Amino acid sequence: MAVEILKDRNPSRVGEVVLGATREEGGTRAYSLRVGGDPALPFHQFEGETVNRPAVALEVVDTVPEWPEELARCYRDVWQDPAQWAKKCVEEYRADLVYLRLEGADPEKGNRSPEECVATVKQVLAAVGAPLVVVGCGVAEKDNQVMEAIAEAAAGEKLLLGNAEPDNYRTLVAACMVHGHSVIAKSPLDINICKQLNILVTDMNLQSNRIVIDPSIGGLGYGIEYAFSIMERLRLGALQGDRMLAMPVLCTVGQETWRHKEAAAPEAEYPEWGAEAERGVMWEATAAAALLQAGAHILLMRHPRAATLTKALIDELARPTDF
Amino acid sequence: MLIIGERINGMFADIREALQKRDPRPVQEWARKQEEGGARALDLNVGPAVEDKIEAMKWLVEATQEVTGLMLCLDSTNFDAIEAGLEVCRNPAMINSTNAERDRIERAFPLAVKYGAKLIGLTMDRKGIPKDADTRLAFAMELVAAADEFGLPMEDLYLDPLILPANVGQDHGPEVLKTLQQIKLLASPPPRTVLGLSNVSQGCQDRSLLNRTFLALAMACGLDAAIADACDPLLTEVAAAAEVLLNQTIYCDSYVKMFRAR
Repeated sequence: MAVEILKDRNPSRVGEVVLGATREEGGTRAYSLRVGGDPALPFHQFEGETVNRPAVALEVVDTVPEWPEELARCYRDVWQDPAQWAKKCVEEYRADLVYLRLEGADPEKGNRSPEECVATVKQVLAAVGAPLVVVGCGVAEKDNQVMEAIAEAAAGEKLLLGNAEPDNYRTLVAACMVHGHSVIAKSPLDINICKQLNILVTDMNLQSNRIVIDPSIGGLGYGIEYAFSIMERLRLGALQGDRMLAMPVLCTVGQETWRHKEAAAPEAEYPEWGAEAERGVMWEATAAAALLQAGAHILLMRHPRAATLTKALIDELARPTDF
Repeated sequence: MLIIGERINGMFADIREALQKRDPRPVQEWARKQEEGGARALDLNVGPAVEDKIEAMKWLVEATQEVTGLMLCLDSTNFDAIEAGLEVCRNPAMINSTNAERDRIERAFPLAVKYGAKLIGLTMDRKGIPKDADTRLAFAMELVAAADEFGLPMEDLYLDPLILPANVGQDHGPEVLKTLQQIKLLASPPPRTVLGLSNVSQGCQDRSLLNRTFLALAMACGLDAAIADACDPLLTEVAAAAEVLLNQTIYCDSYVKMFRAR
C-alpha cells in the first residue's frame, strides 16, 4: 500500500524583504536579494516550495578583530581594510551578502566619528556589488548618530540596518523610513518582546516588509535550543496568520559560535577536542544547519569554509522533492 | 476567535428603517464600527419585517461591501435570499444557516460548495433545540457526514450547538459546553464551532457580563467563532485575553490592540 504523505495547508506565509537595490532600483548594487516568503515550515518542499533560498553573509569588521587563529588565517591579509575584506568575502568566499559591523565606533574601541563610519560604508559599497547589512557598535547613543548618518549617506541602497532594540528603536527606524532602508529588530531571546517590538516598529509606519527579526541566538547548549524553539514558534505563528511574527529571521551564527571556547580553543589546551582547523568550522556549520531547520533566512557567518558548507546544505535542502 | 458582528439585522429599528428607505448610511456606519471593535465578519439579516427578502439581502450585501472587505455572513431562513446575496457578494462569504434536516442540508451544502462559502450548521431539526449534548452531537455528526458527502472542506463547516437564555434554559449551558468539546472529535481536521452568543443573555440583567463569561467558558471548550456584540469592548477584551491564555496566539504587551487590529 502506498504511503500517504500528510500535508499541512497553511492559511498564511512569511513576509518577504528585499535587500539591496540595483541601479534600476535606485541604488548601486549588482543584484538585490529577496528573503522570506515561505508558505510552509522550513524545507517542507512537499507543502510549499522554498520561495527564496536563505542567504549567507560573511562578516567584516571596521577594526582588526581579536579572532581565533583559525579565522585570522582566512582574513589577516585584508583585515586592515574593510573594503578589501568585503571584496575577499564576496569574490573569493562567495558570500551572498556582506555583514559590516562598525565596532570602531565604540567610544572605548576607537570612537570613530559618524563621518568616518560613513566613509567605511561607502568604501565597502564601492568595493562589492553584494547587498549590505550594517550594524553599529552596540552603544545605543553612539549608534543612533552613526546609523542616522549612514542611512542618509546611503539613501536608496536598501541596506539592512541594525539594531533596533526595545529600549532604542525610534531613531534607527525613523532613519530607515526616510532613506528607504530595512531594519533589524533585535529582541533578547524572547518571543513576546520580539512580537511587541515588531508592533512598535510598524506603529511608526515602517512597513512590515522592511523588518527582519534578530531573535538573538546562542551558539551552544541552552542558547541554541531556546533560539530553535523561538524560531519554530515564530514560523508557526507566521503560517497561522500572525503578521507581527511573519518577518524573515536573521541569525548571528558566526559571532555566537566563535565566542565559545568549544569552537575556538587551541588543540594544545584541549587535545581531546580534536583539531582546531576542523572543530570551529564544523561547529559553525552545524549551528547554521540547525538554525536553517528552525527557519533562518539570513545567516551571518564568519568562517568561509563553514559558509561554503552551509550553502551546499541549502542547495540540498531547497531541492524540490517527488512527493 | 472569529467575532461575527451581529448588529446589521432588521430586528434593530435603525437597520429596518435603512432597509425600507434603501439608505445605506446606518448599515455602513455599523459595518465600520463593528470592524473597529474587533469583528472579522459581519452578520447580515434583513429581519422579519421586510417583504421582498431576496432584493433586501442583495441590497444589504452591496451596501456593506462598499465599506468593508470583511467576510459577510448571510443570515436568513430563505435560501433564495441567501443565494441572491452570494451572487453579488465579492467578499468572503458565510451561509447562516442550515439545520440537520435532510431537505435543508441538500440545499445548503451544495450552495456553500458552489460559492466557496463557509456554512453554519445548527445541531437541531424541525422539532427544535435538543435538551442534551448527546442529541446535539447526533445532529452534529449528520452535518459532518453531509460535508463529506457534498465535498465541503471540514474547516468551512461551523457547527452551532445552540445556547438558550440563562433565564429560560439554564440547564442548556453545560450541555452546550460539553457538545463543543466533543464536536472537535468528530472528524480530522475537525469542523469549526460557532455560537449565537448574545442569546445566552436574552432578557437577563447584566447582559455583557453573561455574554463575556460564557464566551470565555466556551472558548476553553473549543469555540472558534461567535455571532456577538463586537462593539462591547469588555467582550472583545475577554476574547483577546482568552486567546492568549489558551495559547492560541503569542502574547505581546499590545495583545488587546492586536486582537482588534488584525
